Amino acid sequence: MTVAAERLPLSGRSRSGARLVARIRHHALTAAALAALVFLLLPIAVVIAFSFNDPAGRFNFTWERFTLDNWANPFGFPDLQGSVVLSLEIAALSSLVATALGTLIALALARHRFRGRAATNLLIFLPMAAPEIVMGSSLLALFLNYSVPLGFTTILIAHIMFNISFVVVTVRARLAGQDMHLEEAAMDLFASPWATFLRVTLPLIAPGILAGGLLAFALSVDDFVITYLVSGSDQTFPLFVWGAARVAVPPQINVIGTIIFVAAVALMVANVLWQLRRTPKGAQ
Amino acid sequence: MSTSAANPGLRAQPRDDGSRPAPAVSDVRLERVTKRFDDVVAVDDLSLEIEHGSFFALLGPSGCGKTTTLRMIGGFEEPTAGTIFLGEQDVTGLPPYKRDVNTVFQSYALFPHLSIFENVAFGLRRRGAPRGEIGRRVGEALELVALGGLEKRKPRQLSGGQQQRVALARALVNRPRVLLLDEPLGALDLKLRKQMQLELKGIQNEVAVTFVHVTHDQEEAMTMADRIAVMNEGRVEQLGSPSELYERPRTAFVAGFLGVSNLLPGTVSGDAAVRLDGGGEVRVTPDALAGRTGRVALGIRPEKIRLGGDEANVLEGVVEERSYIGVATQYIVATPAGLVTVYSQNSEPSAAAAAVGSRMSLNWPPEATFVVDTTQEVPK
Ligand SMILES: Nc1ncnc2c1ncn2[C@@H]1O[C@H](COP(=O)(O)OP(=O)(O)O)[C@@H](O)[C@H]1O
Ligand SMILES: [Mg+2]
Repeated sequence: MTVAAERLPLSGRSRSGARLVARIRHHALTAAALAALVFLLLPIAVVIAFSFNDPAGRFNFTWERFTLDNWANPFGFPDLQGSVVLSLEIAALSSLVATALGTLIALALARHRFRGRAATNLLIFLPMAAPEIVMGSSLLALFLNYSVPLGFTTILIAHIMFNISFVVVTVRARLAGQDMHLEEAAMDLFASPWATFLRVTLPLIAPGILAGGLLAFALSVDDFVITYLVSGSDQTFPLFVWGAARVAVPPQINVIGTIIFVAAVALMVANVLWQLRRTPKGAQ
Repeated sequence: MSTSAANPGLRAQPRDDGSRPAPAVSDVRLERVTKRFDDVVAVDDLSLEIEHGSFFALLGPSGCGKTTTLRMIGGFEEPTAGTIFLGEQDVTGLPPYKRDVNTVFQSYALFPHLSIFENVAFGLRRRGAPRGEIGRRVGEALELVALGGLEKRKPRQLSGGQQQRVALARALVNRPRVLLLDEPLGALDLKLRKQMQLELKGIQNEVAVTFVHVTHDQEEAMTMADRIAVMNEGRVEQLGSPSELYERPRTAFVAGFLGVSNLLPGTVSGDAAVRLDGGGEVRVTPDALAGRTGRVALGIRPEKIRLGGDEANVLEGVVEERSYIGVATQYIVATPAGLVTVYSQNSEPSAAAAAVGSRMSLNWPPEATFVVDTTQEVPK
């Protein structure tokens, strides 16, 4: 390179021009990625920042001054606490039930041949593929037809229903990547089917189950459309925010939002760290 | 391989019938076993007896039903028909975890979440062996496969060859009646495979457990096994020692699967003679003929043919092709009976002379001849 440049000094400029283009190309990608990240993270940053705001009126839309009052008193708004508690209860129960059922369905689909397996495989995608508004209104029609009173139970049933699919897909992906012979090897080594499940299958798909459970929890906390349709007069946190927004947007909503966000990120990081620890160093 | 005295527990003694003369009951017996998958007949009315302490190979091309046979012995597949005995016990309906056999899987199937120690201890723990015994026996088993000191590693931290040994230790530590191996060396490179063939054979001698070894590699089967069942299309074509199968193949399929052979069509013309279709009579031994009459195919291994000499059987021909293959020179010779392949040892001075186009006199004794029904490998 240097030798050539000495011999042909005139070509030096065009070459450095090419280098510049290459550098721009190289960094253009980084810049685009950064812009996309900012685009994604900026709203979240605003939500977090405004949780420390002391708004002048009832709408927390313009920055006034910094305060910790909202954090000191996160439930200082009528009905906010009840909605958060309801959301957490529904999320915990529905993700628990959906994880258990979804794991069993995933095991059946991955390990057994039975009549209706192909149909089940297809139907399991339906709640993920169908528009929420369709799912929600169908459920509502079903509940009304059977005169099921709307409230906690119907919200729970709806959340379990749409959560199962996500758990099945997550756990099945984990099962698909696993050597079928591992379970046979366990049985070959005198493990009963139950011992095989406990000692081999379960530890190996545990990360998938955990991921499915977390996903289900997050989806449940987050859901609006279906919940709105089947909730009757009960209010989950998203319903509360939507209802409150017409008359007020208190900064406490930002506080709860921030807590949910931080908790989700913390769980994600914990999951990644756990995965890393399970993969010993020097692994090929 | 560790042959030290550090591992008496896995040595030949533990089975009470180990040192006595051949036991009356074989370790594995299949009686008219058939396995169908939908419309595929994987194993077809197969009967087999495997003697205690033998190194038994199931040899055959891909898809001939070897794995299925092994999996039925292990309990992973239920036969569609027939009975399976381990010793005197009918185990046909028993699940794998109630059978006194262990398997070395082709993929090794080591538990990725458990350490090497826990992998090997798995079977002992399930059977509720006391702690002290588990520690001792796992140590012995790892010594046996020369992997002492790696107890704390995880499977993925080991090389393919080491994983293979762990799989072997994990099975042998349970002192099963029968050890099943499904192409255990298939994933290893050639050099390691050759080395492991000898080590496996050594280990089998040391522990005196019956090994049932599935392979499609005839050389591997010949190197390791005492007895070989050559399988084809779900049936056993022939069962015997490696030398029996090589010297006296009973079908064209066996002759072709184990090494190279010349098969020349002819007609039985006496109680120890066959007239070749191209003319000329060949003398054979009466037991090679085994009572056959009519149309047969005559078999000669290429290395049993000598160039010149005064053997009972002589076939004249012209050299069509010559190729140098190191220890021998291979000739393809056109004779009235058909093309004949000949290996001539390069130690013999006469070999140097024969050029393409020159005449050659092929000589071989009656004992070097075998007879099969037809030249066709798969009779239809
Ligand atoms: N689980 C199965 N389902 C359907 N067909 C099978 C199954 N296992 C084996 N087969 C068929 O049975 C035949 C024998 O297979 P296998 O025992 O694996 O042969 P090998 O081990 O000798 O290669 C093959 O035709 C194969 O396709
Ligand atoms: Mg196979």
